[in-house]
Amino acid sequence: MPENPVSTPPKSEYERERVPDSELKGANKFWGMYAGEHAAGTEFMIGPLFLLNGVSLQNIVFGLLLGNLLAVLSWRYLCAPIATGARYTLYYHLEKLAGDKLVKIFNLANGVLFCFLAGAMITVSATAVGIPFDMTMPSIQDMYPTSASFIIIALAVGLVISIVASLGYDAVAKFANVASPWMVLVFLACGIVALRELGISDWSGLNKVWTESITFAQEGKTETTMGFWSVTFFAWFCNAAMHVGMADLSVFRFAKKPSYGWATSAGMYVGHYMAWISAALMLAVQIKLSQNADPVAGPMANNVAGLAGILCVIVAGWTTANPTIYRAGLAFQAIVPKASRFKVTFAAGLIATLAGLFPAFAWKLLGFVGLYGTILAPMGAVIFFDWHFRQKRNAERFATYQNSSPINVSVMISWLAPVLAAFYFIQFKHIPAHFFPLPCWLACGLLYLAMNRRPATTNA
Amino acid sequence: MLLASKIIARSGLVLTILPSLLYLFGSIELPMVKTLMAVGTVLWFIGAPMIQRLSQPAS
Repeated sequence: MPENPVSTPPKSEYERERVPDSELKGANKFWGMYAGEHAAGTEFMIGPLFLLNGVSLQNIVFGLLLGNLLAVLSWRYLCAPIATGARYTLYYHLEKLAGDKLVKIFNLANGVLFCFLAGAMITVSATAVGIPFDMTMPSIQDMYPTSASFIIIALAVGLVISIVASLGYDAVAKFANVASPWMVLVFLACGIVALRELGISDWSGLNKVWTESITFAQEGKTETTMGFWSVTFFAWFCNAAMHVGMADLSVFRFAKKPSYGWATSAGMYVGHYMAWISAALMLAVQIKLSQNADPVAGPMANNVAGLAGILCVIVAGWTTANPTIYRAGLAFQAIVPKASRFKVTFAAGLIATLAGLFPAFAWKLLGFVGLYGTILAPMGAVIFFDWHFRQKRNAERFATYQNSSPINVSVMISWLAPVLAAFYFIQFKHIPAHFFPLPCWLACGLLYLAMNRRPATTNA
Repeated sequence: MLLASKIIARSGLVLTILPSLLYLFGSIELPMVKTLMAVGTVLWFIGAPMIQRLSQPAS
């Protein structure tokens, strides 16, 4: 998951204008940024949740390989070419097409989802902070707060994160940049130590331990709720809002060439491959050592890396939650522009802190991430289809284009109709949410095109 | 000063990853891995911010 603040462009820089050529950045910045950005707090949860869902070793190894490749291709060929052509932020680009009020509604959805994501990270951080206080850890069955000590620590962690986010994130962004290389190596070290702890020397040994861990976690069963395509689609679309959803237009508008989109492969194969598998192995070690299948990040990291592991969980959770709360605050502020940024961001932090008291948000992270992509990604299709079929990839024409209505009804219908249909299938047919970003994205784009057949004119 | 910071920071990264490899090949025990990783963490968080601060004026 991309949550590191380094991905967010500097405040008030070309937010409503095209990035000039003099401000374009070299490729190295993008490679470094993506490698660090995707080794985040969420990785400590996602890998173990794969194991608990009974994903076979083959499916996790090859499913992630393919899914991450498809994600990289989505960044490279769908997002980066538009970003380097138009050179606008997602929000300004969307405002031109959808109208300012519809963008505010989109912002509200974004802000609420950010709060719950930050809440899950507050839970993760609290499990590490609680270790020296002998805190009773929540188990996978716990949906609600389980002990007074957990509530106090989660509240304290959430309040600190909220205050820091409200004060502005420059310091946190710098800290996250410093921490990134170290976090990546801690993830790798955790995986290497776990291999030795599990006594693995070859593939068949790893497969045996993996299957035994699933059997223990599922109390004697080896049922899987995620096969090869499920893992592939999850890996492809867990960042759907960023690539097909076009949120990273804001990042790649600073790229000299669309080929910089390949830099995302560093994030995918470091964070969403190595780190997820390492975290899953950490849970396998915990199962072996203490017969405990609860995917609680703090103790898992402590088992294999001691203090460095605990600090990694805290830092990863903090550098994830902090910018997420900051972004949620910005999204809410667009709705109430007269309120101070401090107050709005702090309010977003309080919502996230309350969410963090409920371990359910962390345990349900796989479903939540799929839902996040299903809701937000389709708007990227409006941008994609508009750019290629209506604007004809003409940046000069798009620069002068402005939708005249504050709510472009065709965009709203194109966005909400597929998303509401997806809700039905997710809620009532129990189809995993990560299968829906692709059909919703395609449906949204085609609906938009059907309702806007004529090429765009500058005074639409 | 910049050179010293780079040496400290890079030593920190080496101490973060190398102990796990030594443990994998049976050269050291797990408590030593944890200790060395903690030392590596401290060195990295001393050296890396110094590099960032010293590099800023030049950039």
